[in-house]
Amino acid sequence: MIRLYRALLRCYPSSFRMEYGDEMAAVFGQELRRAAGPVARLGVLLAAVADVVPNALAVHWEILRQDLRYTARTLNHARAFALATILITALGVGANAAAFSVADFVLLRPLPFPESDALVRLCEGPRTGAGWGCMNELSPANYRDVRNGTTAFQALGAFTGASMVLVGGGEPLRLSAAVVTADVLPLLGVPPLLGRTFDSTGAGGQDAGGVVLGYGLWQTRFGGDPSVLGRTVNLDGTPREVIGVMPAAFHFPTRDVQLWAPLVLREEDFADRNDTYLQSVGRLRNGVTIERAQAELAVIFTRLARDVPESNAETWFSFFRLRDGMSPRYRLMLTVLCGASLSMLLLTCANLANLLLARAAARERELAVRAALGAGRERLVRQLFTESVILAVAGGAVGVVVAVLAVPLLGTLVPTTLPIAERPGVDLRVLAFAGAFAGLTGLGFGLIPALRAGGRTGFAALREGTRAGGGRKQRLRRFLVTVEVAVSVALLACSGLLINAVWRVQAVDPGFTPDGVLTLRSELPLPKYDSLARRTEFYRTVLSQIQAQAGVTGAAYTSGLPMVMTGGIAGVEVPGREVRPGRQEGVSVRWVTSQIFEVLRIPVLRGRTLEDADAADRLLVAVVSESFAERYWPGQDPIGMTFGVRDQDRMVVGVVGDIKVRGLERTSEPQVYLPIDQVPEGFGGIYLPKDLVIRVTGQAAPLVSAARRIIRAADPDLPITNVRTMADVVAGETATRRAQLAVLGALAVIALLLAGVGIHGLLAYTVSQRSQEIGVRLALGAEPSGIARLVLREGLVLAVVGIVPGVAAAYGAARALNALLFGVSPGDPVTLLAAAGLGLLMTVAGSIVPAWRAVRVSPVSAMRAE
Amino acid sequence: MAYDRADVDALLPLQPLTFHVLLALTAGDRHGYGIIQDVDARTDGAVRLSAGALYRTIQRLLEQGLIIEPQKPNVPQGDPRRRYYRLTPFGRAVARAETSRLALLVHLARSSGLVPETS
Repeated sequence: MIRLYRALLRCYPSSFRMEYGDEMAAVFGQELRRAAGPVARLGVLLAAVADVVPNALAVHWEILRQDLRYTARTLNHARAFALATILITALGVGANAAAFSVADFVLLRPLPFPESDALVRLCEGPRTGAGWGCMNELSPANYRDVRNGTTAFQALGAFTGASMVLVGGGEPLRLSAAVVTADVLPLLGVPPLLGRTFDSTGAGGQDAGGVVLGYGLWQTRFGGDPSVLGRTVNLDGTPREVIGVMPAAFHFPTRDVQLWAPLVLREEDFADRNDTYLQSVGRLRNGVTIERAQAELAVIFTRLARDVPESNAETWFSFFRLRDGMSPRYRLMLTVLCGASLSMLLLTCANLANLLLARAAARERELAVRAALGAGRERLVRQLFTESVILAVAGGAVGVVVAVLAVPLLGTLVPTTLPIAERPGVDLRVLAFAGAFAGLTGLGFGLIPALRAGGRTGFAALREGTRAGGGRKQRLRRFLVTVEVAVSVALLACSGLLINAVWRVQAVDPGFTPDGVLTLRSELPLPKYDSLARRTEFYRTVLSQIQAQAGVTGAAYTSGLPMVMTGGIAGVEVPGREVRPGRQEGVSVRWVTSQIFEVLRIPVLRGRTLEDADAADRLLVAVVSESFAERYWPGQDPIGMTFGVRDQDRMVVGVVGDIKVRGLERTSEPQVYLPIDQVPEGFGGIYLPKDLVIRVTGQAAPLVSAARRIIRAADPDLPITNVRTMADVVAGETATRRAQLAVLGALAVIALLLAGVGIHGLLAYTVSQRSQEIGVRLALGAEPSGIARLVLREGLVLAVVGIVPGVAAAYGAARALNALLFGVSPGDPVTLLAAAGLGLLMTVAGSIVPAWRAVRVSPVSAMRAE
Repeated sequence: MAYDRADVDALLPLQPLTFHVLLALTAGDRHGYGIIQDVDARTDGAVRLSAGALYRTIQRLLEQGLIIEPQKPNVPQGDPRRRYYRLTPFGRAVARAETSRLALLVHLARSSGLVPETS
């Protein structure tokens, strides 16, 4: 029983237990002796438990209160130290939490669908298997044949993007929509919030006129009213019945889609296998691997290539998990960011350790004195533990703020092609991990002095006087400082290379002049504008009025802005040239009005541009780009040549410069410009001219309202969207790069500063430790410049030892991120030298104050202290 | 030992347990179990000190300087293995001040007729 009681006494802090444990056990023994019988004894034991536990807690609490008071006092004396520690911890924790939250959200976390691993996407693709994501769309016939021929899927559905105008209840609204077969929404597994999704009873079923709303649209346009079910809404001039509302977290296929309409495939849709406009999404049957499904698809596409070679000889497929539908560049960018953040965490910990070690060295005497005065080792450890925990908690708390502020900045790094929300939340697990890491470092290095104080140094430290602390700990600090230098130089070099890459991308000539061009979109809804004459009248009315505005030098409509619409690719038939059924040799086709070349300042190289006289009943003409002429008629005069595109033969009347249709960083197809009046009957949808471009001489803003007024006068039901300047569009090309770079650059600068602070701290400490020695030297006639050199040399040695591995690490990292460098060499000497130079500069800057202080040591006072 | 009136007042009012421990030590040095027994006897078993509460109180009284641990306890048959505690003059002053405070309270209560006179 006594032994049991002694075990119970372990609840107390050991200092208390050592003091009173024996006494308490004795009291307990006496009470036991007084108790008669086993039942009474058990009562005594239970009473003891009820007594010890709350009292032990109270003793702990009292000690904690003492320690907190003491910590507050000591930290108040060392405010700079406390502030530095908290900030460093906060930066490390915050940056990591932010970077990994985004990375986890984009790369790792399952998509927000039940059993999302089984969800896959299927499209057509080139036989080479090159590229990522959906390389080409599916034709309805190929989709049907895959669907009928496969057993790997539990369900397979098709969808295509659409854009619809919602009229009624306010301004006409242009919406991104998805047209989906009945299988699509159920196979994703997310039940509707209200109502139901489309009925799968077959094509042309009862829901052909239904529509399912997205949560956002339901909230903004219908006020979140549940009675919206059954209501009829007007979409593109067609009445549709609302049959369901999807929940807020549901996005498909991309996050901008706000409503879903049924896709009904009719017999005639299956006629042309070259007419590809579908994408497919499926759910694999239980237990079917993606490889098995892939093999099955390969069999089907091989059979199709054999059965219908005229369309399918070159057709293969893109097949990937829904999760993986993003550009590898995003993956790489996020990986780079995570790497940088990890380096930052490493740096944070090194710096924290350094700070705490310096403080420990300075406190060695204090601790030795306290130990000598009878403070138990346990009490000292506990005291320092409390101090470290306080610093870590404060740092972590500020780190959370940093993370919360930083995550939205990283929003541009979330690819738009994934069906997930735009903005990740701060990941608590990551936050906890980074906090624990920094906290452990703080604890580890915070406790070192206490562990030493309890050991042999007890009196030695007192005897050593002010020269206490040296040797091993100094070496550790030197090592930590070189790590800091290495990490900061590596981060600097990588940022430098990426800055170079951004400059290089920005320096790419887009082939047109974006400055001074305002653009807005007014998409013409079908079937209202089915007739060519009606469209032409609209374009003419709007353009002539806008061209008449003051400050406007030109205005034009186009079916797609460069860098905004990258599709609109068509095959070309040129007489005398072998026709390849594949789509590798596509050209970018745009329907435009006559002034487009003036507005975008695309240079006209030969012949003429398009004219208003190029009407439907005249000769079908085309203006082609330089590379188009070069591809099909190398070395010949292309003017007057004919070619077939979109089932029409056309004559080349002019040649213009190439533009970067697909963006600054990608290869673009040759371009073909066709007059809007020669659009074939029945051709439409997203390929109709819809983007208005206006070249202005002065301010663009006043023209926006004028353009709105003019368009509204021409057709009050047209929504006007996407108002921006072409300069913004081109700047948007580098937006993700710049966001990534901003974070990386900030990390690099912080790292550099931290390294400088680290060097400064170390040297300042060394100088203060060696002030007697320096004083003696000065007294013996040493030159002050020699003393300064001594200190500077120590700093430089640290820098060089850090910079060399830093540059090597940067080179290694840069090779891994080669895909982001846009042709900048990973070993770019200027960048690497600049990074090394900055590192060196920071070292010198960090050494100057200590060197100056060393020179100023007064020999007399230094000797007197001795 | 020099002490201030203010130092004494700062500790008032005493917790009942603390007061009991100080009372137990006014008659002379005692060890922990002795205190428990003394309090038990003095209050006819109404107040039972537990070991945990007692030693927490003792620790605090030692820190505040109300009691000390004498080198040679002044007891007839002291057990050398036990730890004895002694009231310091400061502790005595604090106990006395607490007594006055309580007496005053009782006086006030009586004069307002709250408490029946005892013989």
